[in-house]
Amino acid sequence: MPQNSPQETPAPARVGLFVTCLVDSMRPSVGFAAVKLLEDAGCTVEVPRAQTCCGQPAYNSGDRADTQAIARQTLAAFEEYDYVVAPSGSCAAMIREHYPALLATDPDWSARATLIAERTHELISFLTDVRGVTAVEARFDGTVTYHDSCSGLRELGIKAQPRQLLASVQGLSLNEMQDAEVCCGFGGTFCVKYPDISNTMVEEKSGCIANSGARTLLAGDLGCLLNMAGKLKRTGSPVEVRHIAEVLAGTTDTPAIGDPAQN
Amino acid sequence: MHSTAHSFKDNAKAAVADPQLKRALGHVKSGFIGKRAKAAARLPEFEALRDAARDIKTHTLEHLDLYLERYEENVQAAGGQVHWCASADDARAAVLDICQRVGAKTVTKGKSMISEEIALNDHLEANGITPVETDLGEYIIQLRHEPPSHIIAPAVHLTKDLIEADFRAEHTQFPAERQLSEPRQLVDEARQVLREGFLKADVGITGANFLVAETGSSVIVTNEGNGDLTQVLPKVHIVVASLEKVVPTLEDLSTILRVLARSATGQEFSTYTTVSTGPKRPGDLDGPEEYHVVLLDNGRSQMLAGELREVLRCIRCGACMNHCPVYHAIGGHAYGWVYPGPIGSVLTPALIGVEEAGNLPNASTFCGRCESVCPMRIPLPKLMRHWREREFERNLSPAAVRYGLAAWAFLARRPALYHWLIGLEMRVLGAIGRRKGRFARLPFAGGWTRHRDFPAPQGKTFQALWAERQAGRGR
Ligand code: SF4
Repeated sequence: MPQNSPQETPAPARVGLFVTCLVDSMRPSVGFAAVKLLEDAGCTVEVPRAQTCCGQPAYNSGDRADTQAIARQTLAAFEEYDYVVAPSGSCAAMIREHYPALLATDPDWSARATLIAERTHELISFLTDVRGVTAVEARFDGTVTYHDSCSGLRELGIKAQPRQLLASVQGLSLNEMQDAEVCCGFGGTFCVKYPDISNTMVEEKSGCIANSGARTLLAGDLGCLLNMAGKLKRTGSPVEVRHIAEVLAGTTDTPAIGDPAQN
Repeated sequence: MHSTAHSFKDNAKAAVADPQLKRALGHVKSGFIGKRAKAAARLPEFEALRDAARDIKTHTLEHLDLYLERYEENVQAAGGQVHWCASADDARAAVLDICQRVGAKTVTKGKSMISEEIALNDHLEANGITPVETDLGEYIIQLRHEPPSHIIAPAVHLTKDLIEADFRAEHTQFPAERQLSEPRQLVDEARQVLREGFLKADVGITGANFLVAETGSSVIVTNEGNGDLTQVLPKVHIVVASLEKVVPTLEDLSTILRVLARSATGQEFSTYTTVSTGPKRPGDLDGPEEYHVVLLDNGRSQMLAGELREVLRCIRCGACMNHCPVYHAIGGHAYGWVYPGPIGSVLTPALIGVEEAGNLPNASTFCGRCESVCPMRIPLPKLMRHWREREFERNLSPAAVRYGLAAWAFLARRPALYHWLIGLEMRVLGAIGRRKGRFARLPFAGGWTRHRDFPAPQGKTFQALWAERQAGRGR
């Protein structure tokens, strides 16, 4: 069981897991790691079937009407839960910071959006800040480096939380990379709309990752991880890439992102 | 200035492949960022000052008409004159008029982004008047016939050896065997050349970092002192400024100055902060005989009335571009017009049209670093999104993007169909990609796979596996 700080013993909570479209399609093991961490922190986890994507592809392409429709659909699917938790700073920030503004003039949804937004959290910060988790029971032998994904860092203030929990993983040591807070160049559709700029950014990032000397790269957002893993693998780097939840949950038996299945 | 913003993608492609530019841009990252961070950390009230600075400008913009009237009254009271100019054309004409009336042959210029915005130098030259840029960076790019690539460091895209080569080619009055490899030597040589310009000039043109309503003053901040010589030595001083530069009082000015230099260069204060009020008064030892302010609107009053109002708080400190990873990758020229970086991505579509500059607000990952350092707390990503929405409404985005997005949104709004289709697709991709763990090439994913592999999905979706788990648990 994870340890809580002594003063807090949170009541059981019903969590709706917002899986995120990328975890759902590309890497379900991250979703199961999230479920384990949440259950260990005393939550019951449910996964509404009526969720798809948080709507960022439409939102960031200027398509406000579709974004609003997706926002309403997502909010309706999650309205009944005590908390909405996503293993992604970017998708959590979308619901938490942007849905209320998007629906501000919708009389049916404005107040509800605000309420649900307040109950929505990114996974790691939810564990530490809401559930009072200060340590996890997991083992990972090796050096890791951690990339701060932009939305989590700047919109939700996630910086210390993942490092706090990583420090409790036995056998793990963290080598900070230079410019850990600089964007990796993913940016959703940005990376395919402006491939040359995106590539220059992810090249820079790869250099920082390599210079850290770490064997494993971690982050809290699968989009960034796919981008960085794609670049590292293309250039033949031996660095393994994983979502932080897999390490914290101790579920690292699956092949790392972009690595072949072991037979 | 002629815009190449429409060919942004090509500009960017060329820029990322330019090793000289890459070296020069390395200085932006290594210099500005650390200095700003240190300056901010040294001042405990820095964040509170940012709030105060923002509030001053927000208040001013709410009452802009009032403060502008007060400003004009006080300029007149000090013996100066304000020329209200709705457009770039009007402003160029107003400046030329004054120059021609006093028979000017040479004008010296302090650094002014507004003068770039209205392409003043070309207009003066076309009318037989020689403009001499006196800011070192501006002087260098004038020699090279290039636009600035940064709003406070116009020649930041150049390395020292390129500048040395330009000086050797241009300054043939000096012995060819002279030493010019040190920055100091370059500065000294430029100073020597510029001194003649200062003495010859009939008119001095400067920009303004601020206009102060309560005193009718214009304020410039510089590190070279060239601005002072530009505005004090000639008979006539012309200030070219846009109307959002006004602040109510000297007290407000000092608050904003405290965040300006720290955000821009990490200095506590710029080397020179010069406040000018009207022409030379009886008894003054020096100063111009005439003092004019060419006050430019050029679309600002329209911005004031709409969603872009917040951008008018900008004090042109350059922090947003100094911290922008896209700017670091491509430099300023790729943006194709006067204002690069995040501020340019918001401002340029407003000034020259989103049809021309639509790529700029799209070429951002919304990483938010610009907003996090902007001293005036301008929500730059939100304002870039504003432009994307205008583009989308007007069907300006490329057809492939629109159809792709429409198909995706159709699915995303139908969860059952979505899960079925994604489930199928991932099973296929997962099965093919399993052995290698990634794809080097995939149909329709050229933008991704040109530069990186595409990691293979694990196979079944989370939703599918979760349903299996729930069924297994007898639910
Ligand atoms: S937008 Fe903000 S950071 Fe950028 S130049 Fe203007 S004031 Fe400075």
